[in-house]
Amino acid sequence: MDLLEYQGKQLFGRHGVPAPDGEVADTVEKAVEAAERIGYPCVIKAQVQIGGRGKAGGIKVAEDRAEAEQHAGAILGMDISGPRGEGPFTVHEVWIERASEIEAEYYASIILDRSAKKLMTMLSTMGGMNVEEIAEKDPDALVRRHVQPKEGFGRAQAAALVADAGVADDASEKTAALLVKLYEAFNDSDATLIEVNPLVVTKDREVIALDAKVTIDNSALFRHEELAELEDPSAEDPQEQMAKERGLTYVKLDGDIGILGNGAGLCMSTLDVVAQAGGQPANFLDAGGGSKAEAIIDALEVITSDPKVVAILFNIFGGITRCDEIAKGIIEASQQISIGVPLVVRLDGTNSEEGLGLLADADLPNLHVEKTMLGAAEKVVELAKAKAKA
Amino acid sequence: MSIIVDNDTKLVISGLTGREGSFHGLRNRDYGTSVVAGVTPKKGGQDVDGIPVFDTIKAAVDECGANTSMIFVPARFAAAAINEAIDAGIHTVIAITEHIPVHDMLDTYWRARDAGVRLIGPNCPGVLSPGKANVGIIPAQFFDQGSIGVVSKSGTLTYQIGNELKHAGLGNSTIVGIGGDPIVGSDFIDILTLFEQDDETEVIVMVGEIGGDAEERAAEFIADSISKPVVSYIAGFTAPPGKQMGHAGAIISGSSGTAEAKKKALEEKGVRVGKSPTETAQLAVETIGATA
Repeated sequence: MDLLEYQGKQLFGRHGVPAPDGEVADTVEKAVEAAERIGYPCVIKAQVQIGGRGKAGGIKVAEDRAEAEQHAGAILGMDISGPRGEGPFTVHEVWIERASEIEAEYYASIILDRSAKKLMTMLSTMGGMNVEEIAEKDPDALVRRHVQPKEGFGRAQAAALVADAGVADDASEKTAALLVKLYEAFNDSDATLIEVNPLVVTKDREVIALDAKVTIDNSALFRHEELAELEDPSAEDPQEQMAKERGLTYVKLDGDIGILGNGAGLCMSTLDVVAQAGGQPANFLDAGGGSKAEAIIDALEVITSDPKVVAILFNIFGGITRCDEIAKGIIEASQQISIGVPLVVRLDGTNSEEGLGLLADADLPNLHVEKTMLGAAEKVVELAKAKAKA
Repeated sequence: MSIIVDNDTKLVISGLTGREGSFHGLRNRDYGTSVVAGVTPKKGGQDVDGIPVFDTIKAAVDECGANTSMIFVPARFAAAAINEAIDAGIHTVIAITEHIPVHDMLDTYWRARDAGVRLIGPNCPGVLSPGKANVGIIPAQFFDQGSIGVVSKSGTLTYQIGNELKHAGLGNSTIVGIGGDPIVGSDFIDILTLFEQDDETEVIVMVGEIGGDAEERAAEFIADSISKPVVSYIAGFTAPPGKQMGHAGAIISGSSGTAEAKKKALEEKGVRVGKSPTETAQLAVETIGATA
């Protein structure tokens, strides 16, 4: 899970990583009250999961109460998109913190390097721009060092990183100390990414994390109750929220063809072949081993709650999952809920003959059975296009 | 021959007494795999349909000569179970369990490497050598014995491709599910190396997906070190950046890990990449025809 900036800064606070104190607010009134307590100038920052918030107008400095009110009013409720087309997300919360007097901006991060099977620390004195930009502008300015599994990352390793990056002498000790704390925070919270950009040196030569981008390993949330409870009201779209409550693996996409597959790989592949056939998938939904009617009803309800969906494709290759069970699930689901859009079903693998027999006997309206994955993709695209024209 | 599991496999299953563990463990035995023991702490002395259960993997190694372990225990205890297998002198560990914390796997990965233990998975469907042994949850009925080696990050996608090969009258030397997690014990490169050395394998099918750069690194490796023909399939062309597509490792981070980049890297090294599972199976059929 990705933490919002303020959630990341609160996590930093718990691990002794210096970051500005601040408050979170979800109304203009509360934001102004917070600004009054914090003092001016203060910074009002939109809490959404995208980079480039400043450029998008989501970060403003307020010099007094009137400005705090004006900026909070403008930012709360605004729709904000990221540079890579993420979102748009509606801003539900702002974080207000004291403005820092910045003398230098650095970049620091710890990531999981999947290829090396090691953690990697990165540091650059060219902060403020994103890491790809730094790497492009001056590859030597970005220092990367793997953490050796048996060695860890302590004062010695941090000092070496700081020296390699060319951090100013009078900031080097504090930068190294911060990096060690950051590494502890990373390990203690089961993070897979922590990025601080910018890490700033202030006028009085303090080193503080001015931003916080933190990703926590979902698989480890069972041992971090305080993190598991955090929510991001801006990120969840209604279908994703609904799917989460029902324990389904669902990702919302832009198109109009609902997809249900079993297994993550086959499900991704289904999206691809639908796109190749000229259609636009509305979602990714991996039914996993779930073949019971209840699971299918859950999945269908989530898919059809997206008003854009005009047709649905079920692509099942039964391994352990039995196709006759899936067929029973579809038949039961169609009796219990109104699906309202055409359903294309492709069943192959374990007990597919029995499953197809059950579907033929049930003779459900608006249900199309296809033998192959490619045939099913073409059929659902044809149905979706016909519906769009109508 | 074949790779990783075969007639010499003597399997101990951690978590055999659980619902999933017993279901799949007994299926593996029915297939002909020599399942010699199960392990569940505090259940030593029991048996599962005649398979003796021990408290520790060490006891299963000492008493029954187990050399391969399959991990079916819940995620929060799974890394410890893999570590236990490594310490007990097992040479091959196949971890089926999904959702093991990444930090646990970072530690366990290096333990396995340092001990010279082959770790497959986690979050994988296992390994099947048709006609010899099946360790994991791969439905064996879709695969015949033959000369195509398959290595894949995805289970059902592999079954899909395997089934198409079977309909085309072709079989497999071994099918290896390496798993869809960010940190897996064996990467494409490790398995490609084994297939290269395996007499029975003539053509290799590599099934990848978005996330990480294992496919890109495999492309380099194929060009440098693999003499056998490789055909590939990559899933996730329509996946948006930043969204985890089911598997923990299937995520495009920033601009890296895209299906397009993987396809390009492979094609630049002369690996043919199928547009769909069906086309990939056809490419394998053509390739094997050409080598025959």
